[in-house]
Amino acid sequence: MLEIQNLRVSVLDIDDSEILKGIDLKVNNGEVHAIMGPNGSGKSTLANVLMGRPDYVITEGDILYDGKSIVALLPEHRAHLGMFLAFQYPAEIPGVRPWQFLKAALDARADARGEEKMSVRDFSKLFDEKVEAVGINPQLVKRSLNEGFSGGEKKRHEMLQLEVLKPELAILDETDSGLDVDALRIVAEGVNSMRSPDRSFIIVTHYQRLLNYIKPDVVHILIDGRIVKTGGPELALKVEKDGYKPYTSVGATA
Amino acid sequence: MTTLTAPPASVEKYASAFESLDDSDFPQWLITTRLQAWANFSDLGIPIKRRGNELWKYTNLRPLADAEFEYGTIGLVSLDEIRSNGPWDDAWDTVVVVDGNFSAQLSNLHGAAGLTAGSLAEAISAGTDDVESQFASLAGRESYAFTALNTAFAGDGVYLGVAAGAQLETPVHVVFVSSDLAASRVTYPRLLVSAGENSSFTIIETYINLAGPAQLTVPVVEFFVSRGARIRHYRIQMENEKSFHIGTTRVDQKGDSSFSSTSFAVGALMGRNDIHTQLGEPGAECTLHGLYMTSGRQQQDQEISTTHAMPNCTSNQFYKGILSGKSHAVFSGKVVVERDAQKSVANQKDLNLLLSRGVRIDAKPSLEIFADDVKCGHGATAGHVDRDTLFYLRSRGVDEDAAKAILVRGFAAEMLDEFKPAALKEFVERITDGRIETLLAESDTLGTV
Ligand SMILES: Nc1ncnc2c1ncn2[C@@H]1O[C@H](COP(=O)(O)OP(=O)(O)OP(=O)(O)O)[C@@H](O)[C@H]1O
Ligand SMILES: [Mg+2]
Repeated sequence: MLEIQNLRVSVLDIDDSEILKGIDLKVNNGEVHAIMGPNGSGKSTLANVLMGRPDYVITEGDILYDGKSIVALLPEHRAHLGMFLAFQYPAEIPGVRPWQFLKAALDARADARGEEKMSVRDFSKLFDEKVEAVGINPQLVKRSLNEGFSGGEKKRHEMLQLEVLKPELAILDETDSGLDVDALRIVAEGVNSMRSPDRSFIIVTHYQRLLNYIKPDVVHILIDGRIVKTGGPELALKVEKDGYKPYTSVGATA
Repeated sequence: MTTLTAPPASVEKYASAFESLDDSDFPQWLITTRLQAWANFSDLGIPIKRRGNELWKYTNLRPLADAEFEYGTIGLVSLDEIRSNGPWDDAWDTVVVVDGNFSAQLSNLHGAAGLTAGSLAEAISAGTDDVESQFASLAGRESYAFTALNTAFAGDGVYLGVAAGAQLETPVHVVFVSSDLAASRVTYPRLLVSAGENSSFTIIETYINLAGPAQLTVPVVEFFVSRGARIRHYRIQMENEKSFHIGTTRVDQKGDSSFSSTSFAVGALMGRNDIHTQLGEPGAECTLHGLYMTSGRQQQDQEISTTHAMPNCTSNQFYKGILSGKSHAVFSGKVVVERDAQKSVANQKDLNLLLSRGVRIDAKPSLEIFADDVKCGHGATAGHVDRDTLFYLRSRGVDEDAAKAILVRGFAAEMLDEFKPAALKEFVERITDGRIETLLAESDTLGTV
C-alpha cells in the first residue's frame, strides 16, 4: 500500500531546515501503524508530506503508493487515490458549512475517478447518519466548518470526514489529543469499524491509551526525524512507562 | 444663472442640458430648488482636485469629468430585460424607472394597503403628503457636487410613502434601468422614501444598465424614517463595466427607528456608494452592511458615515470586499458621536480579500467621538486566501481552483446570507458565483498568508 524510502524533508525556502532525516516505512494493506515520538520530532511533518503539503521539499528518497511514486502528485490527486489526513490542527473555513464542503470533496473525487456522483438525497442520509455516529451536535454542522469549534469538536469533524470519505489510507495526526473519554471511544470505534483488509491506517498519537482501543499491528518511535525503533503494541506500553529517554541515544537505526 | 467667477470646465458640459430643461409641469418650489442646486454645482464642479479633499482623496474623477454624456433621451426597455438582468419576483410591488422616468407600464404594483408608490414627478406636481418639505432637504442643498447635479435635474423618479403603522408583507422593489441606446448618457435617478411612524417594510433598490457604452448614473436617495419605523433596505448596483455610478443616500432617523441596509456593489467601472445616516433622536439604530467585488480596472468606493446626534443610539458598519486584477477599492467609514450622544454604541469594520498583487485597497475607518460614555470599535483588514486553509480543502480532493472558489465564496457568505427575500438571495448568489469566476481568472496570488 504505502512505502516510504529514505525520505529526507526540509522546509521550503529555509536553509538547513531538515526535519525528516531518512525515514523508511512500509505499510501493507489492512495494517494499522502507530507513530509515537516527542514534540517536534517530525510526526506531523511526515503526515503532511505524505499528503503533499506544499510547504516542504523532499531532498531525498521517495514515497510509493501502490507501487507508484506519488511525490510529484498534488494533494488533491493523492486524495483521489484514496489518501486522507486527519489534521492535528484542522483549518477554520469561514462561510463554508461541513455538509457543503464534504459534498464538494466527495463529488471531486467521484469526478476524478470517473464514478457517478452521490445524489443529494443519499449524501444527506449518509451525512446525518455519520453526524450522529461521531456524536456531533446537529446544530454545529449548520455553522462554518471548524470556525469557533472547540478542539474536540474539530476532531470529531475530522472523524466525520474520514467516515464519509472512507479512504484507503487514513493518516490520523493526533486525532485523539484533546478528546474526552467518550470522544476517544468514538474515534476508536470509527477506526475499528472501518478496518478492513484493503484499508490501512497510520495513527500518530502521544497516548498509549488510544492503542488500548485500536490495536496497532506495528508501532514506530520517531525521534529527531528518524524512526529509532519499530515493534509491536508492547512498544507503546514501554514508552508510556519509560518515556523516550531510552531511545534518544540510539541514533539513526530503524 | 449668473455666477461671479467662471464655472469650472467640467460644469459647461452640463449647462446646455440644464438650460433646456422643461419646467412647465412643476411647482415653483421645485424650480427654485433646481436653480439653487445648479448654482451650487456651478460653484463646485466635478471634484477632480484630490489633495486636501477628504471625500475624494482616493478617487480619480478625471475620466468622468473628461467624458461627454448626453441627457434627455429615453429608450425602450422590455419587462423581460428587467427580469433577466436584475432580481425579480412577481409578488413584489415593483416600480420601474427607465432612463430617469417612471414607467407605469413596466411597474408591477398590487395595491398594498398603506403603500403609495409611483412617479416622483406626479407626487411633486400633486403635492403628495410632505413631499415639498422633504424633497432635497437631506440631499441637494448641501455643498456636494453630485447631489447638487442630480437635484438641478430633478423631475421624475420614484416616490414611496408608507402610512403610519403599515406593515408591508412583501418587499417594494425600485428598479432604475438605463436603456440600450447607442450613446453615452447621464441619468439622475431619484428616490424619496417617506416611512410613517411605526411602519415596517423591505425595500430593494436596483440599478440595471442595458447600454453598451459608458453611462453616468448619479442617483440620489432620501429616506425619512419616522418614530418607530423599521426599514430593511437592499441596494443592488449592476451597471455595465464601462460606466460611472456615483450614488448618494441620505437617511434621517427619528426616535426608536431602525434602518438596516445591505449593499451589493459589483457593477460599473467606477462605483460609489455614499450613504449617511443621521441618528437624530434617542433609541434609533442603523446597520450599514455591504459586499463589493472588483476586477479588471474597476473601482468601488464605500463612503459610509453615521452621525449619532442623540443618546442611546446604535450604529453598525460592516463591509466586505473581494478584489482582483488591477482593481481598486476604497472604504471610508466615519462615525461621529456628538456631545449629547451619550450611551452610543458604534461598530465599524471593513474586511478585504485580495486575490491579486495588482490590487489596491484604501481602508480608512474613523471615529470622531465628542461624548464620553460610548462603546465604539473599529477595524479594517486586508488578506489573501489562507494557504493552510487551501491545503486543507485540497487534501480532501478539491482541486486548487475549486478550493479557491469555495474559500472566496465562503468569505462572501455572511453578506450573501443577509439578502432575505428568496428571489433576491438567489440573484445575488448567482451574480456572485459568476463574479468569483472572473475574479479568480485574474488572480495571481496563491494562498500566500
Ligand atoms: N513549515 C514549517 N516551517 C518551519 N518549521 C517547521 C515547519 N514545519 C515543521 N517545522 C519544525 O519541524 C519540527 C517538527 O515539527 P512537527 O510538527 O512535525 O512535530 P511533531 O512531531 O508533530 O510535534 P508535536 O508532537 O508537537 O505535534 C519542529 O521543530 C517544527 O517547528
Ligand atoms: Mg504534530
